[in-house]
Amino acid sequence: MSDSLQEHDVRAPTAKMTVSDEVAIQMVSLHKWYGQFHVLKDINLTVNKGERIVICGPSGSGKSTLIRCINRLEEHQRGKIIVEGIELSGDLKHIEQIRREVGMVFQHFNLFPHLTVLENCTLAPIWVRRTPKAKAEASAMKYLERVKIPEQAAKFPGQLSGGQQQRVAIARSLCMNPKIMLFDEPTSALDPEMIAEVLDVMVNLAESGMTMICVTHEMGFARKVANRVIFMDGGEIIEQNEPEEFFHNPQSDRTKLFLSQILHH
Amino acid sequence: MSDTAPTYETGHHPDLPPPVTTVGLLGWLRANLFSSWLNGLMTIVGLLFVLWLIPPLIEWAIIKAHWAGDTREACTDRSGACWVFIKVWFRQLMYGRYPADQIWRIDTAYVIAVAAGALLFVPGFRKKHWVAVFLLVGFPIIAYFLFVGGAFGLPTVETPLWGGLFLTLVIGAVGIVASLPIGVVLALGRRSSMPVVKACCITFIEFWRGVPLITVLFMASVMFPLFLPEGMNFDKLIRALLGVMFFSSAYMAEVVRGGLQALPKGQYEAAQALGLNYWKMMALVILPQALKMVIPGIVNTFIGLFKDTTLVLIIGLFDFLGMIQLAGTNPDWLGFAVEGYVFAAFGFWVFCFSMSRYSQHLEKKLATGHKR
Repeated sequence: MSDSLQEHDVRAPTAKMTVSDEVAIQMVSLHKWYGQFHVLKDINLTVNKGERIVICGPSGSGKSTLIRCINRLEEHQRGKIIVEGIELSGDLKHIEQIRREVGMVFQHFNLFPHLTVLENCTLAPIWVRRTPKAKAEASAMKYLERVKIPEQAAKFPGQLSGGQQQRVAIARSLCMNPKIMLFDEPTSALDPEMIAEVLDVMVNLAESGMTMICVTHEMGFARKVANRVIFMDGGEIIEQNEPEEFFHNPQSDRTKLFLSQILHH
Repeated sequence: MSDTAPTYETGHHPDLPPPVTTVGLLGWLRANLFSSWLNGLMTIVGLLFVLWLIPPLIEWAIIKAHWAGDTREACTDRSGACWVFIKVWFRQLMYGRYPADQIWRIDTAYVIAVAAGALLFVPGFRKKHWVAVFLLVGFPIIAYFLFVGGAFGLPTVETPLWGGLFLTLVIGAVGIVASLPIGVVLALGRRSSMPVVKACCITFIEFWRGVPLITVLFMASVMFPLFLPEGMNFDKLIRALLGVMFFSSAYMAEVVRGGLQALPKGQYEAAQALGLNYWKMMALVILPQALKMVIPGIVNTFIGLFKDTTLVLIIGLFDFLGMIQLAGTNPDWLGFAVEGYVFAAFGFWVFCFSMSRYSQHLEKKLATGHKR
């Protein structure tokens, strides 16, 4: 049996996925500190619309912190982040604008347990985008069908399995019609037999042209779906490349070490 | 394998009844009262204690008690309780010195409150939030005019005349209804990242929690008027109400803060990631979960507050307990203090236990979905 990082069978995307020239996210000389600890060091990254980025690296490398800076769940102390043309700063209005366009899926799902699945999905459209209730519910049902669990709409999150909960979380983010989707280790808390169903939804999402940034250990997904794989270690971007090049011709020694640890040959 | 037990063909074993000593009354007794030697012994000791305590109590309170009559002569035999004392003083114990011909105003308010409250219990009734709005906004205004008067042709009744259970309910209700929203705001403020707001809330909470309620009432009643300009008078009941409100809010703030802390950080993050601003996040995601979690703590604080209202005796307001003490020291009725305190205990127990039962009902009703 291989160790925790397995290659799940991910189906190859069927649609042709193009990447546009427009810039979705731009990070320039980004630095972040937790107190004295320098967690992100001089990050420079450009993500175009329609791109699928996979970020991997050892734990503590700053990968989750990086994507959490994009929707201001973490604050950066130096450098610039520009999302969909809006610069991220302390300005609350900008932050709220950005958060409407950026959806996030968490490792531990973070569904709202006191609301039904349908209410989880309609909450933000109704209260943030001021969509009328009927329209929000119709849209939510459409996305629940897309993640293949429309029959669970009236249930509470506590009654669903982990894989179902994560799919609801994805549908919930999609209901806001974001332009960018962030995934923070979406399958790390799932039992192995449920990982495939979530990865399937993510491939489906990639096929529809969504800009995606995924922090994940699922290398099968990276190989088949990503345009670019980024390796981070110690707060820096060590290497980034197309999946085939990345996995077969790693340039840096640290990348080679990491790959040897996670991939079973 | 016993020779007396019948054997059955494989796959055809019938459903047999369980052994007699494991089900029904015998089974319950065995499992709960006599499951081990120690438990059996404790059951017997407990039973003896109950037999020692309860029959004399029932004898005193019910069997030999005096119910009929109008004066203390009806209660010469002191081996039984003198409920005549309570009967004679009943109106004062319920309403204080409120004029007898105006008591219908208080009763009207009670009826409105109970009817509106009953509506909240009707299952399937759609407009429950309107009832809640009425109870929190409309009813206090109606009650104010009913109790105080001075308008709509109702004669004014000054607050020093208010007393008895009526006064206890007024102070308790105002304290309870005000302390929850103020407590929530204080708890949110204490967890705020804005330093001035946070400092103010911490100061408020620690000050009002640090002083005993008795000194708060005393200060409000005796010291506060010294700071007011000549001639300006602040109604004593209002001062007491403010003191009780602030005191109780500080306690409530800490109870709510416990709930806010217990929520996983992921709930805050998911709400923020969806684009909800601070107040929408609190109202739609955080507070519903946090408050649900601390219902036991909240109702506990309510019950404590309700009983703490008895301290207003110190500033010359005669609430339920105060009136009972007043009645007990009346020269015509000396010596019946025991009946008075038993009745007081019973009265408070009825209200506090009702609150406790309601909270359990609420917890059960709101527990949907959390159980896996």
